[in-house]
Amino acid sequence: MSKVKSIKDIPLQEYLMPGHAACAGCAMALAVRHVLKILGRNTTVTVPACCLSVIQGIFPKTAVDVPLKNTAFASAAAMASGIKAGYRVQGKNVNVIAIAGDGGTYDIGIQALSGAVERNEDIIYLVYDNQAYMNTGIQRSGATPYGAWTTTTPKGKTEKRKDLGFIMIANGARYVATVTPSYLMDFYSKFQKAKERKGSRVVIDLSPCPPGWRYDPGFTIEIGKLAVQTGAWILWEFEDGVFQFTGFSKMIAEGKAKKKPVESYLKLQGRFKEIIKSKEKIEYYQELINENWEKYLKIAEIYKKK
Amino acid sequence: METLILTANHAVSYGAWSSRVKFVAAYPITPQTTIVEMLSEFISSKKMDAEFMTVESEHSALAAVTGAESTGVRSFTATSSHGLLYMSEMVHWVARARLPIVMPVVNRALAPPWSIWVDHTDTMSHRDTGWIQIYVSNNQEAYDMVLQGYRLGEDRKVSMPVMICMDAFLLSHTFAPVKILTPEETDSFLPPYKPLWKLDPENPFSVGGITTAEHYYEFSEMMDQAHRNAGEIFDEISREYEKVSGLLQTGKIEKYRVEDAESVILALGTMAEETRVAVDRLRAEGEKVGLVKVKMFRPFPNKEIREALENKSLVVVMDRSVSYGHEGPLSIEVKSTLYPSENRPPVLNFIVGLGGRDVTFKDIVSFHKIAKKKVTEGKKVTEPIFVQLKV
Repeated sequence: MSKVKSIKDIPLQEYLMPGHAACAGCAMALAVRHVLKILGRNTTVTVPACCLSVIQGIFPKTAVDVPLKNTAFASAAAMASGIKAGYRVQGKNVNVIAIAGDGGTYDIGIQALSGAVERNEDIIYLVYDNQAYMNTGIQRSGATPYGAWTTTTPKGKTEKRKDLGFIMIANGARYVATVTPSYLMDFYSKFQKAKERKGSRVVIDLSPCPPGWRYDPGFTIEIGKLAVQTGAWILWEFEDGVFQFTGFSKMIAEGKAKKKPVESYLKLQGRFKEIIKSKEKIEYYQELINENWEKYLKIAEIYKKK
Repeated sequence: METLILTANHAVSYGAWSSRVKFVAAYPITPQTTIVEMLSEFISSKKMDAEFMTVESEHSALAAVTGAESTGVRSFTATSSHGLLYMSEMVHWVARARLPIVMPVVNRALAPPWSIWVDHTDTMSHRDTGWIQIYVSNNQEAYDMVLQGYRLGEDRKVSMPVMICMDAFLLSHTFAPVKILTPEETDSFLPPYKPLWKLDPENPFSVGGITTAEHYYEFSEMMDQAHRNAGEIFDEISREYEKVSGLLQTGKIEKYRVEDAESVILALGTMAEETRVAVDRLRAEGEKVGLVKVKMFRPFPNKEIREALENKSLVVVMDRSVSYGHEGPLSIEVKSTLYPSENRPPVLNFIVGLGGRDVTFKDIVSFHKIAKKKVTEGKKVTEPIFVQLKV
C-alpha cells in the first residue's frame, strides 16, 4: 500500500465488511475498518472477549475478511505471540494484530500484554479504549475516567484511570502511540509506522461509545475531536526512545493552540451528568487534565530527541 | 534408536524432539520444570529445530501454543497441578477448537495446604474438557505416549488434544532406561502435521466466533464422536508403534493375569506397576487375582473394561483422588461401565495415595484382603474406603 497522506489515498479495499453488528456510531468499527485497510490482506487478527467478538458476526457468518482467531479474555497478547511464532517457524511473514477492548487490556489482559511486550514479541496490539466494559453492558474498568457513570459506578467513578501508555513505555514497548479515529490521518500515520516496524507495538485508541457514554450516535467524531481539543485525550507517539506529541496535541504542547475548557467535552456525554451538575467537580476534572498534561510534558522532556 | 537413562520428564522432552515439535511455550512449575528446561536446551543447541517461548503464566503458555498450533504447526507444552488449573480456560479453548496439542501434566496435589507430591485431583478435574487423557505408569510409556499422542490427536477422525498424565516424582524425577527413536525413525509412524484447519491469509475465515444454539449442540456432539473414534483407532496406532519401535504396546488398558482371576484390581499410573507386584504376591498365596491398568481414561475404554471384569467375583478400584461426597473417579466410571452387564461383580473403591502418601505392593495386598473379607462376609459396601487414614 502506498503511503496514505490524505483521505483521498485511503484504499478502497474493505476487510471489515458491511453487515457487521456494531452499534450506530461505534468508533471501534471505524478503527477496525481502517487498521485492516492499513495492514491489508496479509494479516491475521486475534480477538479476546470484547464488543468485537460479537460484532464480527454470528457463526457461520463473519464480517472480517482476514483470518480471525477468537480467544479467551485474558489471552490476546499471548495468542498473538503464538500465532506470529507459528507463522515465523514456517517462514511466513504475516502481520499479526490483537484487537482488544480496555477491559481485556488494562485489566484482565494486562499480564499477557506486559509479558509479550517484555519479550518484545513481533506483534501489533490495538486497544480500543471505550473506557468501560461495554460488551457486558457498561461496567467500570481500569480505563474508566474519574467521574464517569457506569452501571457499577452509579454515582460516578471516584478513582482516576490507569495510564496504559505510560505503563507501556515503562514496560519497554518498541512503539507506543495514542490515536482516535476522529483524527484519521494521525491514525493512518501511526498505524503505517506500526506496520513497518518490528517488535512489540501498542496503539491505544480512544473509542467513543454512544450507548456507554450516553450520547447521540451522530456525535462520535465530534466527541473524539473534543477529547483531543480539551486535552482529555492526548495524541502522542513513542518511537525508538523518543516521545513526541502529534496533531492537535502537538499544537497544545507547543503553545500554538489552547486547550478548550473540558466542560465542552463532558456536557455532550450523559455519563458525566454528575460532574456537570457541580462547578467544583468540573474544576476538579479540569485540574486532573492539567495534571496529566504536566506529566506528559515531563515525559516529552525526558524522552526528547537528542 | 538408543537407550538412555532418563526421568519421565526428560523422556517426554525426548518425545517432543522425536515428534519434530516446532513450537514450545511453557511456564515453570515443580515438578514439571525439567521437561521444558531440557527442551530449552535442545532448541538453543539446535538439536531441535523449533522455537521456545518463555511466557509469563500457564494461561499464556497454552494461549501461545494454541496460536502457533492454529497456524498449522505441531506444538507442545507441559504443566502440573496449579499450572493446569491456571490454564484451565485455555484447556477448554484448545479442545473446542479441535487442536491436537500434546501436553504432559505431572500429577501433583493441590493447595491448601501446599503439596508438591503426587495426587490425581488436578487432571481429574479436567476430565470433561474434551482432552484425551492417558495415565502412564513408567518412563518408557511417558515417551511412547508423546509420539502416539500426536499420531492419535492429529488423525482427521479425531483432531483432539492429548493430555499425558504422569505421577509427580515417582515418574517425573525417577530415572529408568528409555528407548528413544530419532526423528527420522519416527517419520514413518508420525507424518508431518496436516491440520484440519489453519489460520492462513490466503484463505481467510473466523474461528471461534459467537455461535447460537442453532449450531453449538452439533459442535459438542462432534467432539464426542471424535472421542469415540479415538477409542476405536488407538489400539491400532499402538500396534503400528510397536512395529516401528519394537516396544511391546498394550493399547487402552493393560491386563495382567486377568484371564483366570476371580478378583481384579484396577489402578491408574504408577500404582498399576505396584499392583503387578501385589498380584504376584497374592497369587503366591493362592489368591486368583489380576490387574487392569487403565491407561486411557478419556475416551473411557468401556468395552474392554466390561469384558475384563464381568463375571469376576470382586473388583477393587484404587483412586488417587476423590470426587468429594461421592467416590473416586475411576470407581465411578467402572461402576457405570458394568451397569449393562448381567453379572456385575461387587466393586469396592479405595481412596489411596492422596498428596503423595506411599502406596506399596504390601499395602495393595492388604487392600485386597480387606475387600475380600467384606465381600465374603456379605457386606454391601457402597461408600469409598479411606483405607490409609491414620487418625
